[in-house]
Amino acid sequence: MHTRYLWPLALAAVASSAARAPAHPAAAAGTIAGRVTFTGTPPKMRAIDMAKEPSCAAQHQTPVMTETVVTGPDNAVANVVVYISAGDATSATPTEAVRYDQKGCEYIPHVAVMQVGQPLEIYNNDQTSHNIHPLALVNPEWNKSQPPGTPPIHTSYATSEFIPVKCNVHPWMHGYFVVLTTPHYAVTGNDGGFTLAGLAPGKYTVTAWHEKFGEQSQEVTVAATGRVTVSFVFKALPY
Amino acid sequence: MRPQTRWMSLVSACGAVLLLGGVTPAPAQQTHVGSLTGRAAAGKPLYVRYCAGCHGDDGDAQGENAQWITPKPRDFTTATFRCRSTPSGSLPTDQDLYNSVERGFVTTNMPSWVPLTPQNRVDLVSYIKTFSSRWVGAPAAQPIAIPAEPAPTLEGLQRGRALFQRMECWKCHGPAGHGDGPSASTLTDSKDNPIPPYNFATGNRFKCGVTNQDLYRIFMTGLDGSPMPSFADVLTPDQAWDLVHFLRTLQPLDTQEARIWRAWAREHGRELKPIGPTRGGGQ
Repeated sequence: MHTRYLWPLALAAVASSAARAPAHPAAAAGTIAGRVTFTGTPPKMRAIDMAKEPSCAAQHQTPVMTETVVTGPDNAVANVVVYISAGDATSATPTEAVRYDQKGCEYIPHVAVMQVGQPLEIYNNDQTSHNIHPLALVNPEWNKSQPPGTPPIHTSYATSEFIPVKCNVHPWMHGYFVVLTTPHYAVTGNDGGFTLAGLAPGKYTVTAWHEKFGEQSQEVTVAATGRVTVSFVFKALPY
Repeated sequence: MRPQTRWMSLVSACGAVLLLGGVTPAPAQQTHVGSLTGRAAAGKPLYVRYCAGCHGDDGDAQGENAQWITPKPRDFTTATFRCRSTPSGSLPTDQDLYNSVERGFVTTNMPSWVPLTPQNRVDLVSYIKTFSSRWVGAPAAQPIAIPAEPAPTLEGLQRGRALFQRMECWKCHGPAGHGDGPSASTLTDSKDNPIPPYNFATGNRFKCGVTNQDLYRIFMTGLDGSPMPSFADVLTPDQAWDLVHFLRTLQPLDTQEARIWRAWAREHGRELKPIGPTRGGGQ
């Protein structure tokens, strides 16, 4: 009698664990960490003239710089998406939304990473209309006006893609939606550092993507509770 | 019938349906416009003869003429289309594509293809849909609802003018709709080609149709692939109609809307606050 009732529970448990980590059934305690740096001379970022949009210009004490290549101390590269591009187990779609803000005629964050199917919320915090225009090629391309005070736009992407985002009204506004299938990703900050934690032992391909410098991949083997250090070095050209 | 036998008959019935389905072409290859059914195989030779010169053999807008013409031909491999009846980000309906082939695009190199028979045009639409995998298995997008148009009134035109200011149409289209707003010179399409905003002083040269319903559709669906966004989430149908009616007053045409507006503006035009930048960007 009891076993009959427990059967569906057992099945559900097997199914859910299978959905989470079929490729790596062992405990996920491994870590891949490292830094992203550049050699050479990166292009100089220029100051943005927001004179055409006084409500945004007034929000900035010093001019906002373009963010195509953001570097930090010791040749660190920021805004690099480091992620597991192969070898990762499939995972459940997160339900918490990724937030993307338009504030002071800037996209915050400059690079927003989300998983396939994960909710994305886009806010306009400015006193001006923005039109948010993600230039998707694989996913559908849409373009919506978002006047001040209107509710956030709720959306999501069904396929993995690196999608440039622009505002046609304010041509200096550029950003990226990065849609990944893996939950293991990091975006480097000003120190260029990244940590991919919670990895089961196994073989992985780690990829670093930068909007200007392109993509690099490395094969990495993670031991049971191991910490693997990986560095990426991009060659920078001043143009 | 025992439950197991019932199951098996159901499964075999499903199998039969699948088998039958395999005989007919995939839905993406077939197009329905009115009573006509288009077939991609029949559209291919027509495409090679009439369309490939600009749109390219692979539908990638890399035809031999493409480098000489502006605006550039549509790239069918991305399945992004401007003139649609469906929400921004959706595929167009078969009828939308058929209408574009029939209408052509004024002020571009795309002519009206009325010399081809309706059957030819439906076949072409079918073939165009083979260039992108987005058409495979995609649910048919539904056209947006366009409620009945109210008669234009002075109050509606004034509300429409306030919306033209508040929705910041003037940022690109200019305070008087002459396509000379502050952002006009920087606009590019999704392939980074420069593109001018519509100049209402040119009259009825809208690419996606010239009726009031067409104008309503243009800003409620957006022109995907261009800088023109969709306003469907931020305008009510009543507001959209007010804006359509106001846009008519920007054209040098003798429309009902323009007559109402000009009669009033002769007496009261000086009372209007100019359209354009204000402190805080609001009204």
